Amino acid sequence: MKTQSEEAVIRCDGVWKVFGANAKKAIKAITSGEMTKVEIRDKLDCVVGVRDASFSVARGEIFCIMGLSGSGKSTLIRHINRLIEPTAGAIYIEGRNVNAMGASELRQLRAEKIGMVFQNMALMPHRNVRDNVAFALEVRGAPEEKRRKVAQDAIDAVELSGWELKYPDELSGGMQQRVGLARAIAADPTILLMDEPFSALDPLIRRQLQGTFMQLSAELHKTTVFITHDLEEAIRIGDRIAIMKDGVLVQVGTPEEIVTRPADDYVAEFVAGISKLDLVTAARIMQPLAWYQQAHGSANTAAWPVAAPTDKLNTLVDLAVGTEHPILIAADGVTVGVVTKSALLRGIQGREDIAQPLPEVI
Amino acid sequence: METSFNWLDPFGSINLNIGEWADGIKGWAMSNRPLIQPIKSFFETIIQSIEGALQTVPPLIMLILLVLIAWQAAGRRVALLVLVCLTVLGLLDPTAWSLAMTTLAIVISSVLICVLIGLPLGVLAGKSDGFEQAMRPGLDTMQTIPAFVYLVPVVMLIGIGNVSGVIVTIIFALPPLVRLTSLGIRNVNPHVVEAARAFGATPRQILFKVELPLATPTILAGLNQTIMLSLSMVVIASMISVRGLGNEVLRAMGRLDAGKAIVGGLGIVMLAIVLDRITQGLGRSGRDRGHRPWWQTGPVGLIANLFYKPA
Repeated sequence: MKTQSEEAVIRCDGVWKVFGANAKKAIKAITSGEMTKVEIRDKLDCVVGVRDASFSVARGEIFCIMGLSGSGKSTLIRHINRLIEPTAGAIYIEGRNVNAMGASELRQLRAEKIGMVFQNMALMPHRNVRDNVAFALEVRGAPEEKRRKVAQDAIDAVELSGWELKYPDELSGGMQQRVGLARAIAADPTILLMDEPFSALDPLIRRQLQGTFMQLSAELHKTTVFITHDLEEAIRIGDRIAIMKDGVLVQVGTPEEIVTRPADDYVAEFVAGISKLDLVTAARIMQPLAWYQQAHGSANTAAWPVAAPTDKLNTLVDLAVGTEHPILIAADGVTVGVVTKSALLRGIQGREDIAQPLPEVI
Repeated sequence: METSFNWLDPFGSINLNIGEWADGIKGWAMSNRPLIQPIKSFFETIIQSIEGALQTVPPLIMLILLVLIAWQAAGRRVALLVLVCLTVLGLLDPTAWSLAMTTLAIVISSVLICVLIGLPLGVLAGKSDGFEQAMRPGLDTMQTIPAFVYLVPVVMLIGIGNVSGVIVTIIFALPPLVRLTSLGIRNVNPHVVEAARAFGATPRQILFKVELPLATPTILAGLNQTIMLSLSMVVIASMISVRGLGNEVLRAMGRLDAGKAIVGGLGIVMLAIVLDRITQGLGRSGRDRGHRPWWQTGPVGLIANLFYKPA
């Protein structure tokens, strides 16, 4: 049996979404390489939303999909709870094919397994905060008392206690999105779908809500698909990130992989401005101690500061500031490498010139 | 009779006998009156029970009732206006109040049936583009065709009297309710509907918990229009022997009696103002009312607060 954490909760298998009447023809034309996206738009009157997207999200994982507007990320996330039907491919949730479900089975899945947060909040203006939050339970016919209790817990969790009887138009944007978050977690779903939840908020409130969200997700351990156009947000929040461009998932990987090894120029351009300080680990920039000793002769490492391979550049900078020596990287008391000042500076720049031992002058 | 076909004036040479054909339908209908009878008696019952109720209540009690309704629906200022209008109406002539109640009964019956027909049609039209397209020519015809055109066949089928009056009024007053219901449903924020779907709502729950509540102000604007149009039909309907204020105006025209005309005319205006302000008050959004439920405002709120203190 698989362990809980390795099991894929969401699995997308070759999902295509082409808008237009000639969708099937358009897919064939693209896969065979006959036509470009522009030709398809002009000749077949079709728009390609998502192109052959495959990925899976493990239980408890936060999976960020990052792309600019029009890249198809919002279309892709709507396939997971089948708000949009795929043209080809299939989506599985806990092993069940979402696209094969009947109407009532699908509604049950949506109400009990999946919570969704929207960029434009999409709260119901004629319902107060409590009734908005309890909506998923209400449509499943939960008794009034239970709805109240569950809604109260969710409202408390997003720090909105005392606002239960207010209406959405009496709340600020940030508070409205807290209600959206509370509504999504109220029915205690397995999966959270976040469609650019914080994009419409101003930076300060966005940070606050990111904080609230990360705290909640650490407590509740939900499997999350998080859409954003902000790479920094994706890096801060995501366990893994998928970069999407023109409907294609260009690269899928951990934040560190994306930043240090971009798959193509498009991704590279994106990550160029990203600070590596809190992303890149010592393990990535260290060189074997032997190389160092080859270049500088054996040295007494007793006075050198020591860090772990998982320590981020930020920590290394703090250590480097206080000494003239290189930093020794040790795991479980065993020396595994060394980080010189120039390697550290290169790491901050995002370059990896550690492949060969370079003669270093200190 | 014509021996040659005139190409320059083809319409003069062709006679499709549409008039006779229509007459034929009329003849069929008149010989099959028993079929129409149940419909007629259904309408008759509605109108009579409403009028009966309105006429039995003493004018002063009715006046107070209407003022309280106005207060509840639209606030104190409108209640005051309604009080003034109704007093003026009553003082116009000793018979004016009773005539107004008869007219009100016709209007209420028509509007009631308009809502029963118009609301479902409007919801369907709001949900389906095809249905909306199909409805449009019908609604256009109902609104633009002169009332006199369908006055005759309706009378032929059903005879003169209140029932014909109500049917004629429905034909004229129904379209805005259908149109505005459809518009209201179409204008509901699609993101909110999507959210409702995403949380597992059934189509019926989406309609009743999201779309209809959010479309309510627009639907009530349509209801307001329907009421106003019904009221504007009372004079024309009086030609087929519908009693009430309209009949006063019609008789005054026949006799060049300015006094009667003013009583009838002003009476209709007063009634129109009262109905308009009350229904407009209903259409205010929750935000305008400060998000208090209806039972916490107006006279009901006063009484409710005596027994129940919100926590």
